[in-house]
Amino acid sequence: MGLKEWVYKRSPLPEMWREHMAEYYAPKNFNIFYYAGSLLLLMVALQFLSGFLVLAHYIPSAENAYNSVFGIMYDVKYGWLMQYMHIDGSSLIFVLLYVHMARGMLYGSYKAPRELVWLIGYTLYLVFMAESFFGYVLPYSNLSYWAGTVITSLLKSIPFIGGWVTTIARGGPGISGDTLGRFMALHVTLVFILILGLIAVHILYLHKVGSNNPDGIDIKENKDSDGHPLDGIPFHPYYSVKDLSGFGVWLFIFSAIIFYAPTFHHIFLERTMSTPANALKSLPDVTPPWYLSPFYAMLRSIPNKTGGILVMVFAVLVPFILPWLDRNPVRSTRYRPVTRIMLIIFFINFFVLAWVGEQPPLPKFFLTERLGTAIYVGFFLLLPIVTMFEPTRKPPARVRYRAH
Amino acid sequence: MTEDIKNTQKSIEPQTSPAVITRRRFLTAMTAVTGTAVAGAVVVPMVQSLEPTAAASALATTTVDLTPIEPGMQVTAMWQEKPIIVINRTPEMLATLDETMQKGLLKDPNCTVPQQPPYCKNKYRSRIPEWYVGIRICNHLCCIPHYRPKKGSVAPWWLGGFHCPCHGSMYDLSCRVIKGSPAPHNMAVPEYEIDIAKKKVVVTHMYPLAHLC
Repeated sequence: MGLKEWVYKRSPLPEMWREHMAEYYAPKNFNIFYYAGSLLLLMVALQFLSGFLVLAHYIPSAENAYNSVFGIMYDVKYGWLMQYMHIDGSSLIFVLLYVHMARGMLYGSYKAPRELVWLIGYTLYLVFMAESFFGYVLPYSNLSYWAGTVITSLLKSIPFIGGWVTTIARGGPGISGDTLGRFMALHVTLVFILILGLIAVHILYLHKVGSNNPDGIDIKENKDSDGHPLDGIPFHPYYSVKDLSGFGVWLFIFSAIIFYAPTFHHIFLERTMSTPANALKSLPDVTPPWYLSPFYAMLRSIPNKTGGILVMVFAVLVPFILPWLDRNPVRSTRYRPVTRIMLIIFFINFFVLAWVGEQPPLPKFFLTERLGTAIYVGFFLLLPIVTMFEPTRKPPARVRYRAH
Repeated sequence: MTEDIKNTQKSIEPQTSPAVITRRRFLTAMTAVTGTAVAGAVVVPMVQSLEPTAAASALATTTVDLTPIEPGMQVTAMWQEKPIIVINRTPEMLATLDETMQKGLLKDPNCTVPQQPPYCKNKYRSRIPEWYVGIRICNHLCCIPHYRPKKGSVAPWWLGGFHCPCHGSMYDLSCRVIKGSPAPHNMAVPEYEIDIAKKKVVVTHMYPLAHLC
């Protein structure tokens, strides 16, 4: 008995490899949008690496945090590279998250039997928001300080215990060195481990029910004599190799951003990040990072303080029930033109909200803000009605696929 | 051998008897209750460890020396991570407080909303008319308003006060909010002790009914 067999008899890994890689059959008609999932795995791994390396030089205290971050930029060998990898990486993770979610919405990937995959995935998106929030308070710039103040003060609106929760979150009456300590602990341990765990659960739940595809049809309904789906191919080697080539293209784009546009015209790294925290000098206008600004625009669009918070919370949470809002049994919007048009308007509107959320709070933007909020909320309100009556084409029996 | 097996089966059989099931349920319930109690007892110190530290609580009061503050001047100091403003108001400045009320510029001229301790519920919003002590945070969205004491410096009708750079909220020299501002209330006044003989102010704690922003 060779060493290989000796290990095989004792290891669970060969069986896991077969179940999730070599004998996991994925539809053969994946398109470019299906790269986003594997690229997200790559980016989380890279964030871990760059984060680990900048953490080695970071000091979580009110006196030293800002200077230690500048030290990473100017004194640490290749510190600038690690720092920009981490900053641009966080923005690119949100680019990929939005592409990944938009793909799921276009092809009905949230629909039965994949509702739990959507729920876990959307939770993951919210946890990424928390992770990035804790991350951008850590440099203790003036933007960090005021963003931390504004976001933690939202906790005050929790009924009865809001004040106490806010104090616990800040470790004192306001943002201070004590806040940095607990935010760093959250950023590098609790929330990060939660992300890793949820990614594992997301993939396991996906592999239980199988991947969806652009045609939104069930490949398990057409099987060959061996019991494998006729329209499916083993994930390894077909998609593992395809994803690796995707990694190559993506890393090319990622490095181009890091080397040639590291702040991405101050969208990925705001100008106000370059002044130290100052409790006596509030920013002229505190705008959130681009990936949260659609929700901020909706908060601002309502002239009433509590009403604004309620609309924002609704906007953030309502995608959770998307699987139950969509009443059409056909998954892919390739065969549901009305939903597809609604989705395209929804996506464009999301960009408009992101843009207007970054503008100063001037009356000339109010109409855009309110219209954008109405379209965002209107999409979710109209969806159950439209999907019950919309004209639907019959999807093909087998996936549409052209060999290349 | 067969005898042995029969004996074993006999000893297994009573496992499903009602007495055994009751005992098992009792044990499960006991374990669950004890486990919850232990978990609860551990959670309390764990959450309390996140409360502000003794060192942070020790910084809870701030003392401001009044000696260098000449009439018409203001000093901003930090108290519990918040800016505190102390103004030495001249008689002319105090006269504007009546003028804003007479012209009907204020949202809450008589300070009916408890944004200040009861001993500061007057037009000066202070213990001693000359000395204003308050939290310099705009009631709208937590920005730091600019101090604009000169007449006409913000608008032609301006009598002196505070102007917020974020969303344009305006306050008079007692930090009472002026009509037309997005801020809903007057700026908050904390609890404090003032000793004119020793020339010092000690800001002690937040007035619990006051709403910061």
